[in-house]
Parts: sequence; C-alpha cells; structure tokens
Amino acid sequence: MRGTTEKTDVLVIGSGFGGAIAAYHLAAGGAKVTVLERGPWLKSDEFEHDYKLGSSYTRIFDFVVGDGMSVLGGNCVGGGSVVYFAAMPRAPRFVFDRHGSIGRRMWPKSVSRETLDPWYDRIEESLSVGKQDWADASYAGGLWAAACNHAGRTANPLAAAVDNSKCVNCNFMMAGCRFEAKQSLTVNYLPGALAHGAEIRPLHEVQHLERTPEGDYRVHYNIVDDEDYRLQSGSGVIEAKIVVMAAGAAATPVILGRSEARLGAMPHAVGRYFSGNGERLNTAILDEDKVAEVLGLSRGEGQLPYGANAIGKGPTVASWDKLDGSLPEYSRYSLEQLYFPPGLGTILAQVPDASGPTWFGREKKEILRHWKSWLTIFSMTEDDNEGVFGPPPATGNAHRISQQMLGRGNLSYKPTENTWHGWRQADADVKEILEKDGLAKVMPWTNDLVGAYTVHPLASCRMGDDPLTSALDDTNELRGHSGIFVTDGSAVPGALTVNPAMTIAALAERAVPHIVAAARAKGVAVTYGAPAPTGYKGGRDAVLPLLRRKQLAGV
Amino acid sequence: MPVVRRTRRIPERKVDIAAAATLTLEAYADTIVPGEKRWPGDRAVAGVSTGGGAVACGALDLLRWDATGIHDGLEDLASRVDGHARAYAEKTGRTLDRTVPPFVSLDYDDRVRLVRELTTPGHPEKDFWVLLSLFCNMAFDSAAHLHTDEAIENGHPGLAAMGITVPDADGLWRFQDFGYGRRLAGLHPDTTPSGSPA
Repeated sequence: MRGTTEKTDVLVIGSGFGGAIAAYHLAAGGAKVTVLERGPWLKSDEFEHDYKLGSSYTRIFDFVVGDGMSVLGGNCVGGGSVVYFAAMPRAPRFVFDRHGSIGRRMWPKSVSRETLDPWYDRIEESLSVGKQDWADASYAGGLWAAACNHAGRTANPLAAAVDNSKCVNCNFMMAGCRFEAKQSLTVNYLPGALAHGAEIRPLHEVQHLERTPEGDYRVHYNIVDDEDYRLQSGSGVIEAKIVVMAAGAAATPVILGRSEARLGAMPHAVGRYFSGNGERLNTAILDEDKVAEVLGLSRGEGQLPYGANAIGKGPTVASWDKLDGSLPEYSRYSLEQLYFPPGLGTILAQVPDASGPTWFGREKKEILRHWKSWLTIFSMTEDDNEGVFGPPPATGNAHRISQQMLGRGNLSYKPTENTWHGWRQADADVKEILEKDGLAKVMPWTNDLVGAYTVHPLASCRMGDDPLTSALDDTNELRGHSGIFVTDGSAVPGALTVNPAMTIAALAERAVPHIVAAARAKGVAVTYGAPAPTGYKGGRDAVLPLLRRKQLAGV
Repeated sequence: MPVVRRTRRIPERKVDIAAAATLTLEAYADTIVPGEKRWPGDRAVAGVSTGGGAVACGALDLLRWDATGIHDGLEDLASRVDGHARAYAEKTGRTLDRTVPPFVSLDYDDRVRLVRELTTPGHPEKDFWVLLSLFCNMAFDSAAHLHTDEAIENGHPGLAAMGITVPDADGLWRFQDFGYGRRLAGLHPDTTPSGSPA
C-alpha cells in the first residue's frame, strides 16, 4: 500500500483565497501542487440566474446552521471568491491593535496595517481592485449615501474587484458571475496555478490528516457526488511534504479536530475563538414618497424614486464614521449597503411595529409586497471571538440535510455583552439614519431562528504570538505540527469591522514565502518570486527587498 | 438566445404523503405566508390575506422534493404539529372539528400562537419547525422548486408580489440603468487614495 500511495510536494485543501494564492505561488516556484476542493468546478457559462435548488446558486454555497451562529460560505473551485460580493477594503489601522477577549493585543507583533500594506498592494494588483466612483454605485448604494448625508454622516463608494465595463448589475453575483466582471480567483490565481502545473480536483472533501514515519502528511479525502452532496462515492489518500489548509474558517478546524487522534494534540485555539466578523443585518423598508421628498432622488418618469432592491452588484457604498480608533473597542463598526437575494435571508427580516409575529404571518407578507423598496444594511462590528466548535461530524464540516447547501454543524456561539453592545449601537445608528424624517422603517434580522448569521467566518484557527490563545505562529504555521500551514479566514485573529476578503488574501500572500522556506527545508525544489498572475510585477518587486532583509530561504 | 439548462443526472423525486398530512402541512405553510382561499370552503388555507400565499406558490411541491432533505420527515412533522394542536386546544379550551386534522381545525390566530411556541428558542423541537418554516417561506420568496424564469412566466404569486422583473430572453437579468450616477455624500476624511479606510 505504501508504495502505491500518490505523492505530491504541496497539498492544498480548499481553493478559495487561502488555497488559490498559495497554490499559484508554489506552483510558479516549481513545486508539485495538488489542490483538493470539496465543491464542484463550474465554468462561467454554468453560473445561472435561477433560484431553483440545484442551480449554481445552491451548488456553490454552503450554509451551515450551528447553535447560535449560522455560516454562509463558498463550496466550489474558487471558494468564497466565486460567491462573494467583491468588496475589497483594507482593514483600518486600529483593528490590528485590538485586544478582544484576551486583554492584550491579539494580532502577532509582526502584523500591523503598515506591515500588511505591501501585501494588500499585491492583492490590489492581482485582482485589479479598483477605487469605485459615485457613477459605479447602485441605486441602493446611492440611497444609502444620500440617507447618510441627510443624517450628517459621510459615505464612501467601496473599493471592489469588479470590472465595471463587463458588469450588468444583475445582482446575481452570489450565484457566480456569468459575465466575468467579478474578479473571482477562477479568472486570475487559479488559471495561473494551472498554467504552472498545479492540479485542481473538485468534489474531493478532505476528512483527516495523519503523519508518515518520515514526517510528511497523509491526507484522506472522500469523493462527493456532483449533484447530491449527501452521497459519497469512494475515498483516497495523498501524501505531501507540506499541507496548506484553506478549507474555510467553518471547515479547517473541523478537519484538524478530526485529525487530532492521529496527528497528536492540537493547539488549544484550534476550533476556538471563532468570530462571525461581528456581523449583523438590518432591513429598512423605504417610504418611496419620502425618498423623493426628503432626499430628492428620482429614477425618472414612471419609476419609483428607489424601488431598486434587485438592481446592482452587492454592496457599493459604506459609511465609515465609526471606524474611529479613538473610540473604545466594541463600539467601532462600518455600516454597508448590501443586497441579500430571496431565499437566503428574507425569512429573517422582521416586521417593524408588528402587532403579531415579526418574521412570519400576515404582516410579514405585507412587507414582502414591498420587497423592491427594501434596503439591507450590513453592520460589521467587533465581536468577542466567542465561537467554539464541538466534536466533528461523521464527514465534512456538517451533517448535510439538503442535497446541496444546507447542513447542521457543531459550532456554538453565545454572544457576549461586548458583542451585543456593538450590535445594539450599530442597530441604533442604522435606525437613526434611515428613520430620520420618516424615510424608512427599520428592524434588525432576528437571531431567534438560526442564531446570528455571518457570511465572513474568521479566527477559528488563528495566528498570534501567544501559544495559549493562537493556533498559528506569525508565519501561519500550525503550532507543534511543522509543515502544516493555515492560510484561510480562520487565520485572521478577530473581527475586522470591514469585509475581510482583502485581509485574508493579503495574509495568504504574506504567508507564501514562509511556506516556500518550509518546503525547501523538506527538500522541495521551489523558489519564491512570481509576479501577479496577471503578469504585473510592481507588487512582487516591492516585497522582495523586505523578504531578503529577513533572509528567507528561497527568495 | 434560448435558455440552456444543465442536464441533471439524478431525476427529481417527490415523495407521496397522505391526504390528511397534506392538509396539515398546507395549513402550516399558510400560517408562515398566508394567502387567499383557493375555493370556498378551503380548510387548510385560512384566507386571512389577499393573493396567493405559500400554498398557492407550491409549498407542498417543494417540501415533497427529496432535494430538501425534509421530504422523508413530512408525515412525522404533520403528526407532531397535529399532536401539539390537540394539546393546545385542550389547554385553551378550544373545541376541535373532528372532520379535519387538529392543526387545520384551529383558526389562523391560534395557528400563529402555536407556531410561535414551537419556534421559540428553547423549544426542544425548534430546529424542525424552523426548517419547515424556512422551506415554506422559500416556496413564496424564491420558488425554489421551479426555474425562476418559468415561475415568473407562469405567474408565480410570490415572485409577482415581490415585484421580481422578467429576465431577458436568455434567462439572465441585465439592468442598464442601475444608479443615480452622482455624488450623494461627502467622503470620510480618512480615506486612502485607493478607496480604503486609513
């Protein structure tokens, strides 16, 4: 059996930001790279505008209901980047000095906004992240800006990885971008990795790892059916010198937890300190007459002044007035206009001033009749990293209920008073801005049905300097398990108060030279120094001198 | 350009359930998103709202589809909610009409009170009832058992009520006019040149 086991230099688990970025650089540097992705591999023309179960909308998503927290994540080649809304702000400076629940700085000393900026630059170059103009903002974004302005606040068009010349504002980006306007990893890093010889295997769900006598890793996976993910057909093993774990913050700690019996004790922080990025949603139901009267907005003859919930490209405008480092922790947040499609969250929106139930029934149906006039505001606050994973399920990261998308997981999240403080402040702020002069009626989403709801799971296997409260050192290597690196959102120490894709990607870029050095130490012939997958070299040329100063092997 | 559908390898399978269970689950779906009675004397649909609700939107078709994962438990859910309805009636002194299942026999406000109880955090069966409610809602708000363009073409009451527009001939939505096209607020003073917070 040993003689026939398949071998690779670097095995990457997951093909989202953490996986694709590592795979590209390691393959470009000369390593044999194999990527195992639990979800399917869809081409752009397979991205449908269809809410039917079984369409791309449900094939590429994973919604796991936990105890007090539900997580929406990607489930396909390209991971979160295929379903994301491509908002790419950098995290504000103060975030890196957060103390969170441990009473001292939770980020590694070596990571700050200043030290991360060169890596943010690399991502900006690779994903063509652009500053958006007011002309790019959707009606919903414009409405949010106008309401903020009316309330004496500022608002910004959001930096985004979207090619506006190709965008048709269909608001179906969560089902994958049919028009290749959104800069998913399937149009940059992943084709780059393939061109350099990396192999990507969809529908391969990693279950656990074990160590070989030589100190390498044996990675066990199951093959998942391409239509009904509840079905599995076969399994396999690959041996690798280096393992890069990037299965997402809701799956990486589950795989490690299941591997503990074979790999030996995991750091305490594996599967703990989970953060939902402090996320919270509010739905406003606009009074269309007031939109015209109070804000002076119009879409022209015969159209409602707003009535454009369905139109756009996810979030386009955010208000950053509370991203103020001088404010106390747990009272800083951004308020971002968002789009939430039917099916994934409508049920959680609550009726303002309800006399009966808030999330179902007569009055709920009445507000659904005004769905066109809904505006969703997304608060990203500072939570307390209070999520903890329970024992791993039999396979994967959840017990799958539906053929696709829906499962029950073992994440438990009991929001602390700190977290509630941030949520309440953000709720009150949204209400103040949008209810001013009768513009709208606002209610937060209920937490009573599926707990809190995050689309940006973080920190479940986080980096840090303190071995008691972090699972990874500041090079993203798993403590006590040399050769295993974690590069997905689970490495981010805590809530970021903004959309995290940019920071997850920058941290993955930053980790790569360390992974290269570890691979070289294990005899893999690999170097670091590939340009952006697009061919641009500015970002690479800026980080190389920094790395040489650190005398990292292989640079 | 005609809509090209992906060929499915696994055929859609819908479970059959007994008439009484159907009636009970219709009444549950109608509690989540109420609609108008389908015919005079319609017992499952309470008729407290105008236009079609979850039932007219095809909630039972969605629930019975094995893609949901709830399909195999439908008869059990129906019998449980009927059991809860019986207990509720006993507790509140309501008299049940024996010609229909107990939950169907309750009037709309009583159905609402019972569903609130069952879905309140801490109820031991909460997960089941939330799941059932979720799919009932999806029948209305996203017609998850139908191709969206066909559902719209056939006048799906939920998508129509929500004002979902008709897509282009190839089944894709495109919006030429998408924004107000002008500056509507002042920028945050600490914005970097590339458009991030400082």
